[in-house]
Amino acid sequence: MYLLILLVIPLAASLILAIIGDRKYAPEVNIACSAVSCGASIVLGLQVYEQGPFLAWDNFFFVDAFSIYLSVLTAFVSMTTAIFSRRYMRREREHGTIGHRRMRFYHAMYQLFIFAMLLCLLTNNVGILWIAMELATLSTVLLVSLYRTPTSIEAAWKYFILCGVGISLALFGTVLLYFAAEKVLGPGGAALHWTNLAKVSSQLEPTILSLAFVFLVVGYGTKVGLVPMHNWLPDAHSEGPTPISAVLSGLLLNIALYALVRCKVLVDGSTGTHHSGNIMMGFGILSIMVASFSILRQKDIKRMFAYSSIEHMGIATFAFGLGGPVATFGALMHMLMHSLTKSAIFFTVGHASQMHRTQEMDKIRGLIRGNPLVGWGLALGCMAIVGMPPFGVFTSEFLILTATIKDAPLMAPFLLLGLTVTFAALFRKVQHMVAGEAPAYQIKLKAAHVPVVLHMALVLVLGLYLPKFLSGWFQAAVGVLK
Amino acid sequence: MTIPSSLIETTQVALLLAAAPLFTGWVKMVKCWMQGRTAPSLLQPFRDLAKLFSKDVVLAENASWIFRFTPYLVFGVSVLAGAIIPVLSTDLLLSATADVIVLVSLFAIARFFTALAGMDIGTAFGGMGSSREMTIASLAEPGMLMAVFAVSLVGKSTSLSQMTAVISQGGHAMLRPSMVFALLAFILIALAETGRIPVDNPATHLELTMIHEAMILEYSGRHLALIEWAGMMKLYLFTVLGIAAFFPWGISLNNDLPAIAGALVFLFLKLGFVGMALVLIETGLAKMRIFRITEFLGSAFLFATLGMMSFFMLE
Amino acid sequence: MNPTAAAQLNSLLAALILLTAFALVVQRRMNALLHIFAWQGFLLAVSTAIVGFVGGAHHLYISSFLTLGIKVILLPYILHLLIHKLKIRKEVDSVINVPTTMMIGIILVIYSYHLTAPIRELSTLVTRSTIAVALATFMLGFLMMITRKHAVAQIIGFLAMENGLLFAATSATYGMPLVVELGVALDLLIAAFIFGMFFFHISTTFDSLDVDQMARLKEED
Repeated sequence: MYLLILLVIPLAASLILAIIGDRKYAPEVNIACSAVSCGASIVLGLQVYEQGPFLAWDNFFFVDAFSIYLSVLTAFVSMTTAIFSRRYMRREREHGTIGHRRMRFYHAMYQLFIFAMLLCLLTNNVGILWIAMELATLSTVLLVSLYRTPTSIEAAWKYFILCGVGISLALFGTVLLYFAAEKVLGPGGAALHWTNLAKVSSQLEPTILSLAFVFLVVGYGTKVGLVPMHNWLPDAHSEGPTPISAVLSGLLLNIALYALVRCKVLVDGSTGTHHSGNIMMGFGILSIMVASFSILRQKDIKRMFAYSSIEHMGIATFAFGLGGPVATFGALMHMLMHSLTKSAIFFTVGHASQMHRTQEMDKIRGLIRGNPLVGWGLALGCMAIVGMPPFGVFTSEFLILTATIKDAPLMAPFLLLGLTVTFAALFRKVQHMVAGEAPAYQIKLKAAHVPVVLHMALVLVLGLYLPKFLSGWFQAAVGVLK
Repeated sequence: MTIPSSLIETTQVALLLAAAPLFTGWVKMVKCWMQGRTAPSLLQPFRDLAKLFSKDVVLAENASWIFRFTPYLVFGVSVLAGAIIPVLSTDLLLSATADVIVLVSLFAIARFFTALAGMDIGTAFGGMGSSREMTIASLAEPGMLMAVFAVSLVGKSTSLSQMTAVISQGGHAMLRPSMVFALLAFILIALAETGRIPVDNPATHLELTMIHEAMILEYSGRHLALIEWAGMMKLYLFTVLGIAAFFPWGISLNNDLPAIAGALVFLFLKLGFVGMALVLIETGLAKMRIFRITEFLGSAFLFATLGMMSFFMLE
Repeated sequence: MNPTAAAQLNSLLAALILLTAFALVVQRRMNALLHIFAWQGFLLAVSTAIVGFVGGAHHLYISSFLTLGIKVILLPYILHLLIHKLKIRKEVDSVINVPTTMMIGIILVIYSYHLTAPIRELSTLVTRSTIAVALATFMLGFLMMITRKHAVAQIIGFLAMENGLLFAATSATYGMPLVVELGVALDLLIAAFIFGMFFFHISTTFDSLDVDQMARLKEED
C-alpha cells in the first residue's frame, strides 16, 4: 500500500507539474509531493524494519533492507533538494537564465527522475531495473542542458552518449543473466526476479555469469562514474542546474551502485570465487586515485566536487568489492553519508556561485562574511566529506579502512594516499573561498537554510550515534549481500 | 559410355581457346544492345585476333628478352589455368595438381611478367600502368585467397575438382552465408582482376585512367594478339571459376558422354547469364577514381573474411 | 517451414545483418546510412518473427512488430525529416579511414565469436550460432559511435547497438520477457524524442552537427 503511494506520487506529481506549469505555487507542489513520498518511504521503512523483507504485486516489487534504506534516502534527499530548488530556481528565473517553459519542464522531469530511481530500487525484476535506470538517465539528460549554453549542451550530449553506451552494455549483461537464469528457472518474467535468482544463484552457469558481470560492471559502472568511464560525470555535474547536480551526485550514483552490488551478489553466488569483488576493487581504487589527483587541478567548483563524488563512489565500490561484514557495513553507511553530505555541499555551492555569478573558484571569496550559512555550510560540508571526525563520513571511512588493512593490506596505502590527497586538495581550495573579505561583486541573497542545516545535522548526529533501526537495517542489508 | 579424361582435358582446352573470344564478343554484343547500338558479330574478336596475327611485330630498340617472352608466358599460363579449372567434368587429367592456390599463383605469375614487360621499355605509360597494376594486385590477391579459402572450407578441400564436386552435391548451398559473402567478394575481385568497370575500362586508352592497357601499349602484331587473347581467356577463366565454385550444378561428376553433353549446354547457358550480369554491372556503374580502389578491394577482402568467419560462426 | 531450413534462413539473415552493420560503419553519406539502418531493422524484424515461429515463442511476434514499427518506419522517418530540416547533406568524415575501420571491425567480429563461445556451448536453441553475430553487430555500432564525428551518425550507431542487443536477446533466449521488451521499446522512444531535441539544440547553438566542435569542456591544466 505505502509502496504504491511511494511510486505513484512522483509519477502523478510529474504529470501534475507538467500540467500546472510554471505557476507561482509550482515549487510548493513539488515540495509537497516529495514530502508525501518521503513520508511514505519512512512508513514503508518502518514496516520492513519490523516485519522483514516482503514481496508485493505478484512478486513484481521487492523490498528488503538494502533497497528500503536507499529508497528512504532517495525520497528524503529529493525532498530537501526540492526545498532547495525553490529558492535557487526562482533566483535563476529572475536572472532570466531560464523561461516559463523550461521551468515546467524542469519540475516535471525532476519528479519523473525521482520516480525512475524509486522504481529501480523497488522493482524485483532485473529487466525493469535496467529500464528504470535508462529512464533516469533520459529524464536528466535534458535537465543537464537546461540552460542551453554551448557547454551545457556539450555536457548533456556527452552524458547521453556515454551513459547510453554504458547502459546498453548493462543490457547485454542482463540478457546474459537471463540466458543463464532461463536454464534453471524456465522462460518468462519470473526468471529475472531477484528473489528467484538469489535462491538458485549457485546453480547458475559460472562462465556465463562471469561474462555477464564484465558487461554489467562496465555498464552500470559508467553510471556510477567509475574511472575510466567517468568522463561524463564532471561535465554533467558542472553544467547542469545545481539541484540536479545534487541529486545526480547524491542519488543517481547510489542507485547505479545498488544495481551493480545486487548483480555482484548473484555472480558471487554462482562462481563461488571472489573474482567479481576483485574487479570492483580494482575499479574502486583506480577511481579513488584518479579522482583525488584530478581534484587538485580543478578550477570550477562544481567540477571539483563532481570529482569528489567519483572518489567517494570509488571508495564505496571498493568496499563492496572487498566484501565481508565490516566493509559492507561501511560501504552502506558511506553511501548514506556521502549522499547527505554531498548534496548539502552542492546546495551551498549553488548559492555561492549565484552570489558570485560564476563557478570559478578563483572568483569566489569571503563566503562566511557574505552569507554565514553558505560559508559555514561549505566549510563544514567540506570537513565532513574529507572524513574529519565527528562527522559520519569519518565513521564509514574508518570502518572501510580497518577492513582493508585486515583483508587487503596491500590496497590500504593506495586508499590512504587517495584520501590524503583529497583532504589536502579540498582544503586548500575551500579555505580561500570561505575565509577572507567579501569581494565587491558579491551579491546578497536569501539562502535556503533548511536543507543544508538538516543534512549537516544528520551527518553530524549519525557520526556520533547510529540509531538502532538504522544499524538494524544495515545489518540486515549486510546479511542480504553476503 | 565413358570418355577418357585426357580427351575431356583436350576438349576443355580447345573450348577455352574458342569460347574465350566468343564470350568477350557476347559481352560486347549485349552491351551494344543495352545501349541501343548495332552490335558487332559474335565472331568479331576472332577477326581482330586474326588481323593482329597477320601483322608484323614492331619492337622497341631497348626491349629485352622479358618483353618478347611475356606474351608467350601469359598465354601459356592462361591455357594451363584453363586446364585445371573443372568446366565440364570434375574428373580431369590434371585434377591432382588442380589446387586453387596453384591457380591463384598462376594468375600472379602472368601478372608479374606483364608488369615487368610494362616497365621494360621504359616509357612513362608502361611504368605507370605497372605500378597501378601492382597496387591493385597487392590488394586483390589477399581478398582472392580469402574468398578461395571460404569456398574451400565449404568444399572441404583446396582441390578445385573436389570442391566443385562437394558443392554441386551440397543441395541448397546458396543459403549458406559463407557462400554468399564469398561470392560477393569473388565478384568484386573478378571485376578488378579482369580489368572491368568500375576498376578499369578495357575499351579505353585514356591516358589518366587506363591500367592494363597502359602496360601493353608497346605491344604489336602477334605479341599483342597473344596478350589480347590471354586477356579474353582471363575473363572467361574467372567466369568459369566462379561458376565452378558457386554454381556448379550441371557439371558432370563422372565422364559419361550424356553428362558431358549436358554440362556443355549448362555451361553455355550460365556463360550467357554471367555475360548479361557483367553488362548490367558495367552499365550501371561508373569507373571510380583510382584512390577509391583501395576501398573497393578492401570491401572485397572484408566480404571474403566475413565469409570465412560466418562459416565458423553460423554453420 | 521445417526447423533446419528456418535455422539456415536465420543464419543467412544474421549474415546480412552483420553486413549491414559493416555497411553502417563505412558508409559516409547520410541518406544511405538511414537506408541501411532501416534495412538492418527490417532484417532484424524478419529474423525475430522467424525465431518466434520456430521456437513457438509467440511474444516475439510483438517484438518483431515493435521493431518494424519503431526501427524501420518511425525512427528512419524522424531522422529523415530532421536531416531535411537541418539540411544535412555533406558526407561525414570518420576519425579513421575506411580500410582501417574495416580491419578493426573484422577483429571485433573475431573477438565477439571468441567471447560468445561459452554461450554457444550451453545453448540448445537452433539460433545459438547467431549470438556471435549479434554481439558483433553491437560492437560495430559501438565502433561507429567512436569513429564518427557527426551527431546523427553517432545516434545511428547507438541505435545499431540497440539492434545488436535485441538480436542477442532473440538468439540467446528467444527474446527477453515481454514486459522488458516493451519497456526497452518505450525507453527507445523517449531516447528518440531526446536526440531529436538535441539535434535542434546542437545545430542552433553550434551551427553544425559536427560533434568535433563540442570540445570546450576539457580538463584544464
